[in-house]
Amino acid sequence: MSGATKRDVVLPPASTVGVLGWIRKNLFPSWYSGVVTVVLGYFIISNFIPMINWALFNADFIGESSADCSGEGACWVFIGTRFDFFIYGFYPEAEFWRINVLYVIFALLIVPQFFNAVLTRIKMVLGVLGVTIFPVLAFILIRGSETFGLEIIETNRWGGLTLTLILAYVGIVAAIPIGILLALGRRSDMPLVRALSVVFIEFWRGVPLITILFMASVMLPLFLPEGVSFDRLLRALIGITLFQSAYMAEVIRGGLQAIPKGQYEAAEAMGLGYWRSMGLIILPQALKIVIPGIVNTLISLFKDTTLVLIIGLFDLLNAVQTTIIDPAWRNVAIEGYVFAAFLFWVFCFGMSRYSQQLERKLHRGHKR
Amino acid sequence: MNQDVENGGRTVQVASMAAQGEAMIKVEGMHKWYDTFHVLKGLDLDVSRGERIVICGPSGSGKSTFIRCINRLEEHQKGRIVVDGVELTNDLRNIELIRREVGMVFQHFNLFPHLTVLENCCLAPIWVRKTPRREAEEQAMKYLERVKIPEQAKKYPGQLSGGQQQRVAIARSLCMNPKIMLFDEPTSALDPEMIKEVLDVMVELAQSGMTMICVTHEMGFAKTVADRVIFMDQGEIVEQGPPSEFFGNPREPRTQQFLQQILHH
Repeated sequence: MSGATKRDVVLPPASTVGVLGWIRKNLFPSWYSGVVTVVLGYFIISNFIPMINWALFNADFIGESSADCSGEGACWVFIGTRFDFFIYGFYPEAEFWRINVLYVIFALLIVPQFFNAVLTRIKMVLGVLGVTIFPVLAFILIRGSETFGLEIIETNRWGGLTLTLILAYVGIVAAIPIGILLALGRRSDMPLVRALSVVFIEFWRGVPLITILFMASVMLPLFLPEGVSFDRLLRALIGITLFQSAYMAEVIRGGLQAIPKGQYEAAEAMGLGYWRSMGLIILPQALKIVIPGIVNTLISLFKDTTLVLIIGLFDLLNAVQTTIIDPAWRNVAIEGYVFAAFLFWVFCFGMSRYSQQLERKLHRGHKR
Repeated sequence: MNQDVENGGRTVQVASMAAQGEAMIKVEGMHKWYDTFHVLKGLDLDVSRGERIVICGPSGSGKSTFIRCINRLEEHQKGRIVVDGVELTNDLRNIELIRREVGMVFQHFNLFPHLTVLENCCLAPIWVRKTPRREAEEQAMKYLERVKIPEQAKKYPGQLSGGQQQRVAIARSLCMNPKIMLFDEPTSALDPEMIKEVLDVMVELAQSGMTMICVTHEMGFAKTVADRVIFMDQGEIVEQGPPSEFFGNPREPRTQQFLQQILHH
C-alpha cells in the first residue's frame, strides 16, 4: 500500500522548487528579466551598503557635542542631545512627566488595536475611551489646571512631536464625524442642507491648506474686535480640521454612492427612519468600502500638520529645522531630517498597517 | 372568496374574516408620474384582511411601482392610499407607522451583507419595536425555523444561496410581525431549482392568514393561493377576479393575449 503510494508520488523537477527554483522563477525567468534583476540588484546593493555604513557602522552614537562626531558617518549624537526639544518643544523640563504619562496611556489605547488576539469588545471600549476621555485628560495634563494643582503651560510652549501628534489627533478625531455629516448633507433631499454642504466642501477643498493657516493666523485677528484674542494653536486646529473634513466628506460620499439602492430601500421599508438607516445599515458598509481612501486622507493630514511652521508653531519638523542651523554643530541637517522623516514614517506606516488589518477583519466573505 | 377545501380550517376562518369586508388597504383613484411620464393611471383597489392578491402583467406595466407606493418607497401624486386606517401623506410619522406594519420582500433580497442572518432578522424589532435583544433573537429563530434555515443563523448573507437568502428576507420581514406582506417579484432573480423552496414558504405563509400582495409571474402560485388575481397593463388595472375565473375565462383581449404568451411554452 505504502509502496504503491510512494511510486505514485512524482516529484517536480529539482530546478523548480526550493531556493533555486524560487530564484529561477522570480529573478531569472527570461534573459531580459535576468538583465533587469542584475542591473537593479547592482544599484540597490551599491547604494544600500554605503547607506548602512553611514547610518550604523561609521556613525557616532555616544557623546555630548559636535567634537564627539568623527564626520565619517551620521552624527546621531546631535539627535541625542536635542531629543528632548524634538519631543517636547519648549515645554518646561520639570513637567515632562505629564506628557510622558500621556504617551504611556496613548500607547495602551493604541497598541492593543494591532493584535487579533484582543477581543473586539475590548478594542471598542479602548477606541471609545480614546476619543472621549483621553482628549479631555490630555488637555488637562498638557495645558495644566489650577483645580488639579498643575501649573498652566500656554500653548506657545508646546512643541515637537507632541505638538505634531496633538494636531494630527484632533484633526483625525474631528474630521471624520464632520466629514460624515457633510457627505450625508451633500446627498440629502433637503435643498438647503445640500447647498450648504456643497458650498462648504468646495470652499475648503478649493483653498490650499497653507493659505488657510496663514489666513487664520494673520487675517482673522484683523476681523476680531479689539482685545479679543484667539489662541494660535486653536486657530490652526480649526483650520486643519475643516480643511480635512472637506476631503473626508468626498471620500465618504464615494462610499455612500457605492451602496446599492436596494439597501436604502430595505432599511426604509422596515421603518428604520433616516438616522437609524444611515447609522446601522448604510454607513457601516460605506465606511468599510472607503477605508483605503480614509486612511489615505488621514496619512496626508498627518504629514500636512508640518505646514503649521508657516504660522510659527514648533511642530516636529520645525523643531528639527530650527536646531540644525545651530553653529555649534556642523552639517547635521541630514541627520535631523532623517530622524524627522523616520518618526513620520513610523506613524504613517502604523496607520497603513492598521487599516489593512481592519479591512481583512471586516471582510464578510463573498459578494452580496 | 371561495377557498379550496384542501387549504383546511384555518383558511375558511380567514375567508370569513375577509368576507366581513374589513379593508386593510384602500387605494382610490391613485395616479403617479415620473416627471411627465404617467406610470399609474387612476388605480382603485380594496384589500380585505387576510386576502391574498397576485398582481401580474407585462414588464413596464407599473405593477412594482404600484406595490412600492403602498409602503411609500414611491410617492403617489394624486388619489388616496389608506393602510390599516392610516392615510399615506407627507407626514413622516404616518409613513413610519405604516412601514412598521407592512413587510416587503424584494426581487434582489436586499439583505444587509455586513450583518449575520440573525442580526438581519433582529435589527428592526430591536431598533424600531424596541424589543429586548433576547426576545428578538428567540423570535428570529422561530421565523428562521419556519422558513427552514435555522442552521444558517450565524452565517453572513454572502455565504448563502439565492433561495436561502430570499427565505431569510421573508423571515426578516416576518420578525416585525407585519399585518401586510408585499412581495415584489420574489422569485425572478432566482435560479430555477431554488424557486420552489421560496414558493413553498410563501404558500405556507398565505395559508396562515397573512394579508399578501404578490407581484409575480408564478401562475402556479397564483392558482394555488390567490383569492384574487389582478392583471395590469400600461399603468391600469385591466382585469381582476378569482384565479379560476381569471385563468379559465379571461374577458379582456389584453389579458387573453398575456396569458397565452406566458402559459404557452
